[in-house]
Order: sequence, then structure tokens, then C-alpha cells
Amino acid sequence: MPEAKKKILVLFAHPSQERSEVNKPLFAECQQHGDVTAIDLYREYPTFHINIDKEQQRLTEHDVIIFMFPFYWYSTPAILKQWQDLVLEYGFAYGTNGTALKGKQFLCAITAGGGENAYKQEGFNHFTIRELLRPMEQTAFLTGMEYLAPFVLFGARNAVEENRVHEHVHQLHTLLNALSNNKLDIEQAKALPQLNKSLATLIQA
Amino acid sequence: MTAYFIQAFIYLCAAVIAVPLAKRLGLGSVLGYLIAGVVIGPIIGLVGNETNTLQHFAEFGVVMMLFLVGLELEPRMLWDMRNKLIGLGGLQIGLTTLVITAAGLYFGLVWSVALTVGLIFALSSTAIVLQTFSEKDLAKTEGGKNAFSVLLFQDIAVIPMLALIPLLALPELIEKAQSIAGQAAEHHEELSLVAGLPGWTYGIVLLLAIAIVVVGGHYLSRPLFRYVANSGLREIFTATALMLVIGIAALMSLVGLSPALGTFLAGVVLANSEFRHELESNIEPFKGLLLGLFFITVGAGIDFGVLASNIGPVLGLTAGVMIVKALVLFGLAFIFKIKNSDRWLFALSLAQAGEFGFVLLSFTVQNHVIPSDLAQMLSLVVALSMFLTPGLFIFYDKIILPRFEHTENDREADEITEKGTVIIAGIGRFGQMVNRFLRANKIETVVLDHQISQVENLKKINVKSFYGDATRPDLLHTAGIEDASMIVIAIDNNERAVELTKYIKHTYPKVKIFARAFDRGHHFELKLAGADFIVSETYHSALELGKEALISLGVHPFKAEQKKATLRELELCYKDSLYEMWKTNSEDSKYNTHFRDLFIELETAISKAMKSEHFDEQAKVERGWTPPPKGYEKKINEDES
Repeated sequence: MPEAKKKILVLFAHPSQERSEVNKPLFAECQQHGDVTAIDLYREYPTFHINIDKEQQRLTEHDVIIFMFPFYWYSTPAILKQWQDLVLEYGFAYGTNGTALKGKQFLCAITAGGGENAYKQEGFNHFTIRELLRPMEQTAFLTGMEYLAPFVLFGARNAVEENRVHEHVHQLHTLLNALSNNKLDIEQAKALPQLNKSLATLIQA
Repeated sequence: MTAYFIQAFIYLCAAVIAVPLAKRLGLGSVLGYLIAGVVIGPIIGLVGNETNTLQHFAEFGVVMMLFLVGLELEPRMLWDMRNKLIGLGGLQIGLTTLVITAAGLYFGLVWSVALTVGLIFALSSTAIVLQTFSEKDLAKTEGGKNAFSVLLFQDIAVIPMLALIPLLALPELIEKAQSIAGQAAEHHEELSLVAGLPGWTYGIVLLLAIAIVVVGGHYLSRPLFRYVANSGLREIFTATALMLVIGIAALMSLVGLSPALGTFLAGVVLANSEFRHELESNIEPFKGLLLGLFFITVGAGIDFGVLASNIGPVLGLTAGVMIVKALVLFGLAFIFKIKNSDRWLFALSLAQAGEFGFVLLSFTVQNHVIPSDLAQMLSLVVALSMFLTPGLFIFYDKIILPRFEHTENDREADEITEKGTVIIAGIGRFGQMVNRFLRANKIETVVLDHQISQVENLKKINVKSFYGDATRPDLLHTAGIEDASMIVIAIDNNERAVELTKYIKHTYPKVKIFARAFDRGHHFELKLAGADFIVSETYHSALELGKEALISLGVHPFKAEQKKATLRELELCYKDSLYEMWKTNSEDSKYNTHFRDLFIELETAISKAMKSEHFDEQAKVERGWTPPPKGYEKKINEDES
């Protein structure tokens, strides 16, 4: 008997979508995918009044959690931070009896303005993406989730001009399929600096 | 008197039976009227001689239609159209006349007769084409707009044609007429101000008449309409609208200009007026009926006797004329870059001869330009070509359009779908704010209010608004509710707001209704009536003031904001159950509804609910940023070790 499909929750945070060139098609891909619940947080909570119950319910119902956002000041856009502050409560996500997220898989799908060369010790941003996302990694650790390497598009500002968007959206499609069908080599995915590069080798037949 | 009643009944009866039937069969109303005319005229023979007189009377429907067309067309838009108007319209008339004249010469007509025939057939039918456009929603398409410019130019061109035709009179026809003696002359002499004036004075009179329409329309109409509107009598407004149109038509006929052109001009002048929609809705029914009558008389006027004896030539001529016209139009469409299905629409829609053809034909016979037996046959050709036009539209709908739709729809969908207009009913303080906000965000709005002073104030600050009672279906229709995506109901009369909601929900289920409620009871009534979004007018401002009060009394502003959100969420929690309670209550006491008592009851219920669950609810809604319990750090360390 084939294993049950994994349900994926994508929490998308982009405050100025009319200017988005990459995230919008990415999110559209998620909306089309049959195994994905795609939530546009800024649409759902334009006043930042996040419904904690509803969000916790959503988390409980899914097996894979993806934060999807443009990288702002080495972190998430504000609403996604608000979401963490409110939803990941003591007794739900951590602490005594706070085991609701245990065993789920978690990853960030981000777009970064700088090129890949900027994100290293000698580069302009001094740290790698994986290093800069440490708070996310530790959050996953504290809440008992498996933290997978980030899915990143570098140089997002020029991606349209350089015709890289289509390829990236396609990669996301492949990744979502692999996740929902449980075909991703999780151990390897945890260890990588980022998922894109070696996506093909990560997927098991 | 009895005879009139019987005749009127016959005409109405024929229309009532034939038109809905034709519409249901997908033939369009114009063909329905034409068929009704054929049935009661040549086939059953219920009506006969009077159709000709009636047709002249019914032509006034065309005059009214051009007034309405003018109302839709602001002066600036007309100016923008000038190239198409002159280029496309001029070339259409010129080329068609040329080809048909050449054909006439080929068939052995005298050159003057051939030219006259060419001119007559160069015209198309404004009545049929515009009526069909509005019925099939084609007026805004590229093909429809171009066809309209051609029609407009043709209406203008009729005037010089009327001046030219007498110069083409045939000597032998004049002689014949003179031998019958001068009785015909007095017969056709019409009432005219300009008969016998020398050229230059005639020119001055013409300019003067046009000036009266333009200046009068601009400066005098407003005080007049305001005066009438203030009386609050609807029928007097209708009378004023009719008076205006008929008056202009009379003035134009007196100076020998086309009445249709005069009222069109008046319409354009009034296009910017706040009374536009009210005028439209008043004139519309008259126009519709008169046009219908006009089409019936065209059908009834087909002389089957002449048709039967000349069936070959008449059919041949009709087909020839329509093919020539369509080819010329198709060629022009190509030159003017009208593309795809629009090119077909443009060519097919204008391929018939028009009602001005009848006018010109009788005029040419009077002026001894064309022998009357030829004129009789030609008028059959005009009628027949008009009769065939609805068929061409059906051909366009069923054969041409589907072919292009496929390729045209292949394009990727646009980012922002068509926004459509928002109708704002009631432009008091509330409606104004909504309107300003929407317009600032580039949403097209149409504003209606029944208080003329309010509309005038808005005009002063450049807000486009119209006078009229928004709860009247016909006014909503002229304001474009069919194409609107939303109506904002902000009128002051509570019951009428509910009625309006019910009416729109029922008649235009696709239009979203956003309504302003006076209080909670009104809110529920609107909800029951089917409004999509309702806001109580004082709700948000009261909450805002309450929040500011808390801040002023020492509560941290962020906390105060949270408290406000809490209250709103509580309201939301209880809203549905309160609504259900209200619904059953008002049903139980249908005949003895103490609404006030009921709402006091409801308010008590909600405040009680808030108090009783104060702790749990408040705590639940306000959690967030809750720190982990004290001493939790120690526990984690224990777990780890």
C-alpha cells in the first residue's frame, strides 16, 4: 500500500504583491498544487489581527510547513514575525505538553536580492543564507520540527530579465511533489546549505 | 375616435406578440417589429393607407434616439472622433456613391438619376443599427464605435444632399409636372422660416439656430431643470424633457436643418449635465415605442404587388447594393485598421440602406429627379435591405464571432479584470466619503441623489453626480446597473434602502450590494434583503472614539487598539446568533412588531453575553504575546540534562 500523501501548508508573506516578480508566480504555483494549502497572510490579516486558533488548527492539520517570503533585512517580513509571536504559544508549540508540531517538516522558501556571491564570509553580506536563517532553524528545533535547508532564489531583482523565474517555479513544483509524495531524502536535505542546487539528487525514485 | 383605438390596438397587439417571440428565437427586436408590420400590413391587410403618415410620425423616434446618443457622448469625445467621423464617414459615402453611380450608368440610367440613386444608397439605417448595437451590447466594441461615426456623418451629410438633389431635376419630368398644373406645389410647401431667403441670410439663420441650441442647452437648461426638479413632480420632468426634444426638432425643421442632428447636438451639450440620467430615463420609453412603430411601418409599407411584378430586379438590386456597401466598408475597415471580428461587424452592420433613403426618395420624386415608378422600386429595395439586416447580425453572431472568439481569447488573461462601474446611491456625507475614496483609487463611479441642492454642491467641487431618485428602476437602468459591478446604498430613507436592496438582488443578482445601515435593526433588515456587505454608520466612529478615550485615560495606545479589536471580534461572534434571534422574533410577531423593544432586548443580550464570558472570552481573544510561565527556563534545563 502506498504511503498516505503529506499535506503541505505554505504561509506566504509579501506586503507589496503588486511589485512582486518572483514570489507571485511562486505562490500561484502553490495555489495550483493539489496537496498544498496556500495562505496569503497579508490578504488574510490586513490589520495584523491574527486568529491564533485558526492558525494553530491549520498547523495541526498539515505535515509540512513552508514559510515563503522575500528576505527582508536578513529576516521575514513583519507579519510572519507577528505570526510566530502569536501562534507558536507555550503549551502548543513548545514547553510542557507543547508538542503539536513535533515530527513535522519545516523549510523556508525565500528570494534574496543579492547574488549568491554576496552571501558568504568574504561577500557583501558576510554570512551564508543558512547562517542568517539560524533563528528559523532554532525555532524548528525548539518546536520539534525537522529543519530542511532553505529553497532560495538569489539575485531575485534581475531574475525576470535573466529568464530565471520559470526554472525556479518549476523547481518548486518538483520540490512540492517530492515533499507530498515523501520522496525527498530528508537526511540529506537537512544537511545541505540550500535545496535548489542538488534537488535532483535529493529525490528518491 | 373608435377607428384610432382599433388601429392603435392592432399595432400594439402585433408588436406585443411578435417582438418577444423574435427575441426568444434570437432574431432581435428589430426583426420582430418588421415581421409584425409585414403580417398586419401586406399579409392580413389589417392596416393600409395610414402607414405612410404614421411612418413620418414614427421617424421622430430616430430624432429621440440621436438625442439619447448625444447624451452619452461628451463634447470632448466627439472632438476625439473627428478624424474617424470625417475620414471614415466621408470615404464611405464618397466611395459607395461612386460605385453605385457607376453601376447605374452601366445599366443605362441618366447620370443625374444614377448619382441620386448612389447618394440614396450610400446612407445606412441609424435606427436599426444603433438599436441592435444596444440590444446586443456591441456599441462599445471597436466595430460598433466606427459604425457609429459613419452613421453620424451620414446624418450630417443628409443636409447637403437635400440641397443638392433639386439641382439634378430632369427636364422632361419637370415638363410633365408643369402640365399637371401647379397644385402639387402648394401641397408640398412646408412651414418654413427660411423659404425665399437669400443665401447669406440663410447662413446666418442657420448659425443662429445652432447657437440657440448650444448656448441655451448649456446655460438655460440647468435653471429650468432645477426649477422643475424642485417641484418634485415626476410627470412634469418628463414633460420638460419631451418639450426640450420636440422644441429643438421644431426649431431645426423651421430653419431647414435635420431635426435628428439638432437633438443630437442638444444631447451632446447636455452630456455633462447632472440631469443626464434623469433625461435619459424619461425619453427612453418614448424612443423605444416610436422606433418600434417606425419598424412596423417599414414592414407594413412593403408593397407586395410591386414586389411580385418586379421580384427579379428588386432582389437583384437589393443583393447588389448590400454587397457593394459591404465591400466598400470592408475595404475601409482594412485601411483604417479595424481588425478581426470588428471588421466584419463594421462591414455587415452598415450594409443596408436606411430610413433617410425613404425621405430622400419622396423628396426626389417631389423635385422631379427620379421617375416615380423607379422610386417605388427603389423604396422596396431600401425596405428589403433593412429587413435583411437583422439576418446579417445573426450571421455575425453565429458564424463570424465564434471563429474570432477562439483566437482572441487565446491571449493570456489581463492582470486586473474589468472593474466596471460602481453606482453610489445617495451622496450625503457618507456617500461622499465612499465616492472620494473609490475615485482616488481610479474606480469609475456614477453618483445619484434625489436632492438637487446636494448634487449642485458636489458639482461645485467637481464631483460628477446626477440628479434622480436611485430607487427608480428606470434611472438605475440608465445609470448602467446592468454593467455595474457594485452598488453602494447610502440613501437616507431606511425602508427604501431595504426595498432597493431587495429589488437589485432580485433583478440584477450579479451586482454586489454594499449598504450603509442606520442601526442594528436596519442592519439585519438589509442582511435579510440580501446585501453583501453592511456597515452601521456609527459603529466604527464610535469604536474609534472609545479607543481614544481609553488612551486619554491612561491605557497604553497599543493596548487600547487591542481592546478595540477584542470588542469587534466579540460582536462578530454574536452577530449571527443575534441575527437568527431577530429573524425568528420578527416572524413570530409579524403583525405586531415592536422593533424598538426587540432591539433593546438584543442590546441587553449582547452586553450580558460580554459580561458573563468576560474572563474566558477576553482572555482568549487577547492572548498573544503571552510569555511562557515563570520558572519555565529551569524546567527546560532539567529536561535537557
